[in-house]
Amino acid sequence: MTPVLELRGIDKSFGPVQVLHDVDFSVHPGEVTALVGDNGAGKSTLVKCIGGIHAVDSGEYLFDGKNVHINSPRDAAELGIEIVYQDLALCDNLDIVQNMFLGREHRRGIVLDEDTMEEMAARTLESLSVRTVKSIRQHVSSLSGGQRQTVAIAKAVLWNSKVVILDEPTAALGVAQTAQVLELVRRLADQGLAVVLISHNMNDVFAVSDRIAALYLGRMAAQVRTSDGTHAQVVELITSGRSGDLGLTNGVSA
Amino acid sequence: MTDTIASPRAPEAPTISGSVRGYAERVRGGDMGALPAVFGLVVLCTVFSILRPSFLTPGNFANLLTQGAAITVIAMGLVFVLLLGEIDLSAGFASGVCASVLAILLTEQGLPWYVAVLAAILTGVVIGAALGTVVAKLGIPSFVVTLAAFLGFQGLVLLLVKGGTNISIRDQTIVAIANKYLPPALGWALLALGVVGYAALQLLRARKRASRGLVSDPIALIAARVGALAVLGGVAVYILNLERSRNPAVVSLTGVPVVVPIIVILLVLGTFVLRRTAYGRHLYAVGGNAEAARRAGINVDRMKISAFVICSGMAAVGGIIAASRASSVDPNTGGSNVLLYAVGAAVIGGTSLFGGKGRVLDAILGGTVVAVIENGMGLMGYSSGVKYLVTGAVLLLAAGVDALSRKRAAATGLR
Repeated sequence: MTPVLELRGIDKSFGPVQVLHDVDFSVHPGEVTALVGDNGAGKSTLVKCIGGIHAVDSGEYLFDGKNVHINSPRDAAELGIEIVYQDLALCDNLDIVQNMFLGREHRRGIVLDEDTMEEMAARTLESLSVRTVKSIRQHVSSLSGGQRQTVAIAKAVLWNSKVVILDEPTAALGVAQTAQVLELVRRLADQGLAVVLISHNMNDVFAVSDRIAALYLGRMAAQVRTSDGTHAQVVELITSGRSGDLGLTNGVSA
Repeated sequence: MTDTIASPRAPEAPTISGSVRGYAERVRGGDMGALPAVFGLVVLCTVFSILRPSFLTPGNFANLLTQGAAITVIAMGLVFVLLLGEIDLSAGFASGVCASVLAILLTEQGLPWYVAVLAAILTGVVIGAALGTVVAKLGIPSFVVTLAAFLGFQGLVLLLVKGGTNISIRDQTIVAIANKYLPPALGWALLALGVVGYAALQLLRARKRASRGLVSDPIALIAARVGALAVLGGVAVYILNLERSRNPAVVSLTGVPVVVPIIVILLVLGTFVLRRTAYGRHLYAVGGNAEAARRAGINVDRMKISAFVICSGMAAVGGIIAASRASSVDPNTGGSNVLLYAVGAAVIGGTSLFGGKGRVLDAILGGTVVAVIENGMGLMGYSSGVKYLVTGAVLLLAAGVDALSRKRAAATGLR
């Protein structure tokens, strides 16, 4: 199966500091790819390069097997890449429907088409089997952390996106809500989306992911199938960049 | 899935009692909305009518409306800026500058009224664009920018009216705005039109939503809303259509002040923009979470500039009304307490100083409260000193209610 999104030999520097070295990364439809790595390993930078917030210095960016150039977040959004950032970016004073369509409202003439938006939002939430909100017209401020994360994810899915990138979606959640969000992440992949999950939590990673990509000091240490790796191996890849035959040798990909 | 309640597709059937309960829940949760303003209005009116029976006369009622009109319109514009969490301290003197432009074009240039009005509003738009650009592009806090403009425009008004002369306005159309009244029949006709239009709009929307299987307001709630509008409007028009001249044989004085339908039209327009257009939605979004709005592709700078343009444009309309009421423009037009009363009106009505919450209707409710205090205390023979003290206390109270309801909302998870 061809990956929907593939990066080859990505380099990225900020001034004299090279943050990404020759990174290869591929994301497959219908799979959850966990992106792991210690603080400062380059996860956020890699995601921002994918999302078009940073331009890459060199390397290939392939989408659906074709070479593309991403220069702005808009380019990425047009391809169907949506990023759900850690701080959610929801407006507390707006309701769920208003948040989901923020900046991309449906209108008839100059008037907002509330009914269509409400229907679409309801359908999307239903397709994600979200049944935890009382009314899709309630303000986001009245939602729990898990519900807010759900809305943020639903917002990303609404646009027939192909790749959804979740930046630590469970970091601030309790046990029950984490389970709820992970279930949703799995459901997204089962619907055929390519999901990238950034997480520090190995339990979460092993619970939902199909592949694990481990970054170490700006290099891709290894990208393995979750079923092939063990908990300890992944931790080793994160902390030292190598584990047995896997990983980097003297700073170069094996 | 601990907090599972119900599927979003199967909402409970909406009922009157459900709506009332929902409203009560919101109020308890800290979302007081217009409640404090309405409550204050009832208390103030009761107190003044008991202490000074002349407060309740038709003559005073008409007077009250024209008295509060200019401040109300300026406050309506301020709502747009306050929604973004910004403030415009220069709106008062901006209205003065625009009124001066109007007066000069009418008298010295002898231009027709519509040209002068257009020029005055255009002046407001230019002022707003300048203020908004400085705030958005240079990133200077709006408080400082508009404080500078407050001082600057004060000087500009002085220069425009040549160091303090009083320019009197004789143009009949302009003077009519705040000093003439609609024929009684026209007052009734406009009210009927408004009520029927409102009812039709509400019913149509409810029917359309029901036909698509969406939650719609119960018919009884719509009937209650329309009924309330009809009764309140009916009583107001009835009172205003009573003869209030001291000597009806010489000159008859009846009808709704011309300025009232103007304010109603501005209210409908403003409410439409805020509630039914993407622009309005984006204003709330920027006020609620500017970063989220930016990530959603909303041009935050442009929203800021446009809000200041609307604010100063409305201030121009307020200035025209003030000039009409005084039939003249002097260095104090839009000065002294006008701006503070206008900000007070918006906040008393329930618009938050923290951004993201407010309606154009708030400005009207708050403006009425301010006008009632000013008018009632005047009738009681209190000095300006006492009036200022009371208005200041009411503003502090309103801002306190705003801050407390936010705290409470944060605690209950509502806002």
